[in-house]
Amino acid sequence: MPAAPPVEARRRLHVVTGKGGTGKTTVAAALAIALASGGRRVLLMEVEDRQGIAQLFDTPPLPYEERPVAVAPGHGQVVALAVDAEEALLDYLDMFYNMRRAGRMLKRMGAIDFATTIAPGVRDVLLTGKLKEAVDRGAKTGRRVYDAVVLDAPPTGRIARFLNVTAEVGTLTRAGPIKTQSDSVTRVIRSPQTAVHLVTVLEEMPVQETVDGVAELRAADIPVGHVIVNMHRQPYPIPARLGRTTVRAGLRAAGLPADKPVLDALLAEAADLRSRIALQERERIELDRLGLPIAALPMLTGAVDLGGLYRLAETLAAQGVSRSVG
Amino acid sequence: MSTQQSARLGVDAALRNARVIVCCGSGGVGKTTTAAALALRAAEQGRRTVVLTIDPARRLAQSMGLAELDNLPSRVAGVDGELDAMMLDMKRTFDEIVLAHSDPERARQIFANPFYQSLSSSFAGTQEYMAMEKLGQLVAERRWDLVVVDTPPTRSALDFLDAPKHLGKFLDGRVIKVLVAPARAGGRAYLKVVNAGLAAVTRVMTRIIGAQVLTDVQQFVASLETMFGGFRDRADQTYQMLAAPGTAFVVVATPEAAALREASFFTERLASEGMPLAGVVVNRLHPVDGVFADDGVGAARTIAAAEELEAAGTHPETAALLRLHAERATLARREAALVERFSRAHPGTPITPVPAFPEDIHDLDGLRAIGAALAG
Repeated sequence: MPAAPPVEARRRLHVVTGKGGTGKTTVAAALAIALASGGRRVLLMEVEDRQGIAQLFDTPPLPYEERPVAVAPGHGQVVALAVDAEEALLDYLDMFYNMRRAGRMLKRMGAIDFATTIAPGVRDVLLTGKLKEAVDRGAKTGRRVYDAVVLDAPPTGRIARFLNVTAEVGTLTRAGPIKTQSDSVTRVIRSPQTAVHLVTVLEEMPVQETVDGVAELRAADIPVGHVIVNMHRQPYPIPARLGRTTVRAGLRAAGLPADKPVLDALLAEAADLRSRIALQERERIELDRLGLPIAALPMLTGAVDLGGLYRLAETLAAQGVSRSVG
Repeated sequence: MSTQQSARLGVDAALRNARVIVCCGSGGVGKTTTAAALALRAAEQGRRTVVLTIDPARRLAQSMGLAELDNLPSRVAGVDGELDAMMLDMKRTFDEIVLAHSDPERARQIFANPFYQSLSSSFAGTQEYMAMEKLGQLVAERRWDLVVVDTPPTRSALDFLDAPKHLGKFLDGRVIKVLVAPARAGGRAYLKVVNAGLAAVTRVMTRIIGAQVLTDVQQFVASLETMFGGFRDRADQTYQMLAAPGTAFVVVATPEAAALREASFFTERLASEGMPLAGVVVNRLHPVDGVFADDGVGAARTIAAAEELEAAGTHPETAALLRLHAERATLARREAALVERFSRAHPGTPITPVPAFPEDIHDLDGLRAIGAALAG
């Protein structure tokens, strides 16, 4: 066994991104459960006002407040938080300037709305600032509140821009508290403490976005973790050559209808699966070129419920996605 | 989908009659492909059509001649009819508006302002405004019988509808008034003429973001101010156009809980705004062939038969095919249940099922196949 990595090199911020429709919220939740198993405490955060976590865990909409949503094997706990940019700004004003009242006034006047409209980077600074605060909370006293933080992040097309706030804000503010704040956030995000995981399915457009996203993250010096292939269809053991006579005999042996329409339909399903698998393999080659570890999650045939999440969590852990070193 | 009770969306009627078709829905459901397929079908049925796409897959873009992002519609080759296509260049669209509404000197100042650069190239909101702006321009040109538009991949499908109103609210906001005050009153004198409350806000903002930034923002807002009226009028016009009889919304979804939930929100929202919903397209369904519907080859029966054959070890090929079929039948049932739940919640909303294609759609033939499925 290699020696445990120094505390500061341990991964504790897992950012989960993915193209819309690839299941990134589900993967983020499963990863949080995987990280929490063995008695750890994990914060699962969302930042896009979608209430995806509440829907997934079938709870009422989450307020701007940290709430337990699931337990993990070995007394682990997953706590969820839906971050709201305006509330995060009020927190921030309170924390750094002791100006909560002034903040409320700004909010009433629409100043926050204004700021996030005219410089959308401001919103991201606030959200990533909250992220960093959660990662570091308790670090000074040596008793970290969370062993790990998992972010259900903005989609692949925006992830590098979202995490790389300094570049954007740096062009707008050359000095001042926002600049200092965003610099410290960037230090955490670029450190080995962070891993960005990209969720995809083996289809052309999501894979293309994944490849582009990885290039953007690398250009911004942000550590990339795993590519997670979601809803993966196992190459089904369909024999390469299916003779009609053989199949018909099998259907008869099983006492099933074996007329031409049934036979045609079954063979069409097999052909359909073959072309899907061929497509998956082509896209898989594209992903392999990235030189990143790839994990795969099966397609859940039932609805995504807690049982399904635990199953996905085990699969992620078995493939090393929840490891504490890169 | 034999269990489907709702009316089907006959897209051909919409393609014949609408002047504008807006495809909306959450990210990753196939909005762009649906928009392109609708436009191609309309063009091949004899209507002069233009499709505005936001972020098409590379190969689909190439097959439509969209390799270059020039922010102008260009003719799609290989179409039996007149189809133009364009990809939205958000920043260039914004630049064009600035140029159209200010003199060259002022436009130069605006382009050089760091806030303009951030606003015009960021995805948060600007893309929606600019898609709406471009849609308005295309309709105003009157070169086409039909304009089909794809909507940006927003956090929520509703952002798209809110963009014009949000812009208006933003431009009328009190903060804007505070910020443009110094430019009007000249220099620092404004602090004396505005009331103490506004001065306090300025102090807070100065402390948080720094004086230099505040000055940049003030200059930016002041230089844009002359264009505000134009922005507001256009946002209003676009909104009215969306509610007008010639417009048809097509909500796109996939048979997944999250996508159908978004489709639900959108359907309700359109109804409450009095906007014309043509129907809902459910993409990527995995239906099973009709021969399995009532002859007893259901999932349970199939699995039992597969197990029997596997135990006997006599017909491995057939056993594998039956396993595969059982998996598909289970998936089909789950998808059908989700779609049915949606249709029960929205009685009377026409629904068009579109099967999953084993390959990605990246050429005109693929789009034609989707178009045929859309027409039912």
